Amino acid sequence: MNHLLRHLLYEHVAACLLEPPQTTFVVRDGSWFYGGVARRGDVFLGRNKFLDHFGDGLDPEVREAVERALDVYRGLGADVQEIELPHSRFAVACYYLVAPSEASSNLARYDGIHYGRRTDDHDGLVEMYSNSRGTAFGTEVKRRIMLGTYALSAGYYDAYYLKAQKVRRLIRQDYSRAFADVDVIASPVAPTPAVRLGQLTDDPLQMYLADAYTISANLAGLPGVSIPAGFSQDGRPIGLQLLANSFAEDRLLRAAAMHERETDWHLATPTFAGDAC
Amino acid sequence: MTSPTTIIGLEVHVQLQTRTKIFCGCANRFNPDEPNVQTCPVCLGLPGALPVMNRRALELSVRAGLALSGTIAGLTKWDRKQYYYPDLPKAYQISQYERPLCENGHLKIESGGKSKRIGITRIHLEEDAGKLVHEENGDASYVDLNRAGVPLVEIVSEPDLGTPEEAKDYMKKKHAILTSLGICSGDMEKGHMFP
Repeated sequence: MNHLLRHLLYEHVAACLLEPPQTTFVVRDGSWFYGGVARRGDVFLGRNKFLDHFGDGLDPEVREAVERALDVYRGLGADVQEIELPHSRFAVACYYLVAPSEASSNLARYDGIHYGRRTDDHDGLVEMYSNSRGTAFGTEVKRRIMLGTYALSAGYYDAYYLKAQKVRRLIRQDYSRAFADVDVIASPVAPTPAVRLGQLTDDPLQMYLADAYTISANLAGLPGVSIPAGFSQDGRPIGLQLLANSFAEDRLLRAAAMHERETDWHLATPTFAGDAC
Repeated sequence: MTSPTTIIGLEVHVQLQTRTKIFCGCANRFNPDEPNVQTCPVCLGLPGALPVMNRRALELSVRAGLALSGTIAGLTKWDRKQYYYPDLPKAYQISQYERPLCENGHLKIESGGKSKRIGITRIHLEEDAGKLVHEENGDASYVDLNRAGVPLVEIVSEPDLGTPEEAKDYMKKKHAILTSLGICSGDMEKGHMFP
């Protein structure tokens, strides 16, 4: 999808945002998102120096791809500077308390009464609930429901969910401060090139750690975009993530379009040397 | 050995006299003959539906708090009370736990020729659940969500009531205050006020 099409799609989504609220999103009075072409020098990129906190875990090929992308922006006149997001190192721990807690609450309605599949195999109400939920949810969903239920349970709420909400606030404040200095924040999408299908499914912790760069956007309520930024030696794709301030989607997509116009990574296909996935 | 003493505290649910439900525009109307006609994505608990608070429900509950000499909170918030029951479509009730709307009220009653001050621990807002209708032969149960999302205040008293007579006088006085202030219709046969 080229950036113009994407922008039209975005305008459509933005239009939906202004419909009367029936679903959970923020409506801003009197605002409109505008289309526009990127101008040289209108993007200031930040790179998180605390990303290097993940230094040991950051794949050298990913690092190289991100540096290359930053050079593209420099070539277009962007001023690239280091920023500080000191709490980003807690993002994974924080997210995997907050998100499963919310998931366990939000998914409770899928109990086979109104929503979700109802099993025929039951003897009474309680068994109908447990058998319906036990057979219809997949393993990752069950894992998150159980993590969340634990974090929210009496006696653990303060230590886990409440603490995580406080850390979430600190993460959000980091970003607010950073966006006073920069327009866009760049990072890898993941610490490694794309993993092979099924590679991490038996190792949920590794799978969660791979979310280190992307989930801050969810915690801080920021728009983010992943754009193709290269390939590993063995042909697996590498992504560049850009984050912008709340409601700065126009700026974010403009910055993404700038990179897309200068490179052709988005036209290339992964080769997956070796085995097929 | 001393004889046991009677100690009673009451938790009373009061249906607020609003035109619409607490988080949606559906009618707040007792309508047992036409099940599930006063419903919408919000009170049916459709995934992703956004509850928007009823201003009138807040005003009436503040009125109840002031009438019972309570302190109205400067900051109040919602909590989810999570439990499984077929008349609760979201599997949680939107209620108030940590920061109720009102605390530390009281009601003076006359009972058995004596005056007594009954403490009110807290008053909080919440949504009502739906209603289950059971087949007489026990073969089936049906869910009616006309009542789901109807605004309630829960009034929790201190365990200051010493006799069933005092509890009755407490209820009667509270009923009189809440109905005369237009907070609740007080029709107990329609479930508008219940312990």
